[in-house]
Amino acid sequence: MGRIIQFLATDLVKNKTIIFYLLFLWVTGFGLISLQGQGEKTLLALLNISILVVPLVCLVFSIIYFYNMYEFLLLLHAQPLARSTLLISFYISLSLVLTGAYLVGLGLPLYFSDAGGAGLLLLLTGSLWNLIFIGLALLMAIWASDRTKGMGFSLLIWVYFVLLFDGLVLLLMYNFNEYPIEKLVLYISFLNPLDLGRILVLMQTDAAALMGYSGAIFQMVFSENWGKGLVLVLLLLWALIPFSVSIRWFNKKDL
Amino acid sequence: MSAWKPFILCLMTLIPCWGNTKTIDLYPGEGTVISDAIRQAAPYDTLLLKEGIYRENSIVVDKPLVLLGMEGAIVDGQMGDEIFVIVSDDVSLENLTLKNVGVSYLKDRAAIRLNRVSNVTIRNNQLLNTFFGIYLQKSNECLVDGNTIRGAAEEESRAGNAIHIWQGNRIRVTHNTLSHHRDGIYFEFVDESYIAFNQSRNNMRYGLHFMFSNDDTYENNVFQNNGSGVAVMFSNRISMENNEFLDNWGGASYGLLLKEISDGIIRGNRFQSNTVGIYAEGANRLIFSQNLLQNNGKAMDIKGNCMDNRIIENNFIGNTFEVLTNSKSNLNHFESNYWSQYSGYDLDRDGVGDLPHRPVNLFALIIDKVPAAHMLLHSFLVSSLEVAERMFPQFIPEQLIDSQPQISPYPYDFD
Repeated sequence: MGRIIQFLATDLVKNKTIIFYLLFLWVTGFGLISLQGQGEKTLLALLNISILVVPLVCLVFSIIYFYNMYEFLLLLHAQPLARSTLLISFYISLSLVLTGAYLVGLGLPLYFSDAGGAGLLLLLTGSLWNLIFIGLALLMAIWASDRTKGMGFSLLIWVYFVLLFDGLVLLLMYNFNEYPIEKLVLYISFLNPLDLGRILVLMQTDAAALMGYSGAIFQMVFSENWGKGLVLVLLLLWALIPFSVSIRWFNKKDL
Repeated sequence: MSAWKPFILCLMTLIPCWGNTKTIDLYPGEGTVISDAIRQAAPYDTLLLKEGIYRENSIVVDKPLVLLGMEGAIVDGQMGDEIFVIVSDDVSLENLTLKNVGVSYLKDRAAIRLNRVSNVTIRNNQLLNTFFGIYLQKSNECLVDGNTIRGAAEEESRAGNAIHIWQGNRIRVTHNTLSHHRDGIYFEFVDESYIAFNQSRNNMRYGLHFMFSNDDTYENNVFQNNGSGVAVMFSNRISMENNEFLDNWGGASYGLLLKEISDGIIRGNRFQSNTVGIYAEGANRLIFSQNLLQNNGKAMDIKGNCMDNRIIENNFIGNTFEVLTNSKSNLNHFESNYWSQYSGYDLDRDGVGDLPHRPVNLFALIIDKVPAAHMLLHSFLVSSLEVAERMFPQFIPEQLIDSQPQISPYPYDFD
């Protein structure tokens, strides 16, 4: 497994898209610092960029990479290797390279913007988002043998988590405004890793005070250490469950 | 001839003092040194307190005297009752250090209480760990200047106010430094007074608390990091100029709370890093101009019951929300402000944007209706909805616009 990971990772690092991704993160990161000055504003802008870009890049890049390497995968199958070993190596190497690019790409600007603990938490959450969306991409790739279908559905996933989910939540809140839904909203946010991570990072910043009564309820959970731990565990579950399903599907799949 | 009258009056009041005023030196000792000296002194004498600790409280000053502290003169109330109770006009209390007044739930104990007097001067004193600092009660024409008042309050219910004025006219409160009390300055039924150059920081509740007081002016004060900011309520014709409202951050904090207040002027103030810069409820006919509102969560929350206010030539820079309101209609006038969120253009290059600016954004309206929607703060959905709404306005108040948004901020000079 180590050899495969090593091979895939070196192949990925040489990939032009990854280099462009890294450059993009640097340019936006340092650009924002020079535009908005130091500290919190930059952190919030970087958070917004992470929410938008990380899922998109992870989904699209991973799914294209999987389809491109499909023949290589078939070749490896001729070897006495377990299918799960193959997929796990794929997942690990993609995660290593994409998360690495993210950490270097945003870590450096964050380091210079003295964002402190909240900045570290953003990096941690962002890395977990990487793991989650790479897992979802592999799930889509295995589910759909047809490239267009896989691509389409992965984009749909992106739109769903970034836009549609929040829209539905807003609709729900609008219709059930008369009821005490603050707690419910908290549980609903567990269903979207992007919301969960965003609120977790926001709660460490001054913006928390802007969030009013519902913010106070979030604060009770998200600013305590056990709450932070719970959120990180939930995000990890979000990464592990889709990936373990994809392993199961991959084992049964007619290649 | 009438111009000479004040001079003659002055002379007449001074004549009895000439010749027979003397200075009495006091040294710390056993018993009630200061009280005894006051009893023996003649009116208009000067008591000079030499260096040392005077352990004394309930000192009643009942004749016009000057009490002057040498450096290191400390009056320690030993956590007991009030230290100085001034019941005579024309008293002056200067350069003293007053310490340790005990907390009482029955009586508002103060280090210095002025009771029904006028023309009293409290200057350059240091008040440390006093329950209430200086308490003016039904007094007129007094001066409170250059005092440093630092409390030791830990909870609001056990804390008093640094300067507390209840019923009075023409009082001047200047150059004081107030911290760690419940309210920095508390005004109730105080008219025609002047508050300037004070620094009110780290108080539990308000930096300045204003109730039922008319025709007052406060300017060049700094209110920083207080529990919930500055409150001006139920008052008319107040002028607030060149003050700084800074760092009042928290779930229920604001820079300036205006409630039931009319005909005031708010000019040249700086509101920076407050959760809510200005919160206005029932505020009418105010002129709000040339202020800087920077990096606040919500720069201005102006409720539907505010009427005929003019918000002109202000700088709104880097606030998360520029204006919030709970009403579809707008009865206030916004004009010629600089809004950093303005996204229009200026083709004729006259410094004024060609499109009007709508400072209320859609998300502000949503969270006003659905408070739970706060959880969507900084989400992509909200940003995209806002872009759409700005292009094709549907929900945001039709009339709440600035028809002359500035392209670049006004160069107001704030240090």
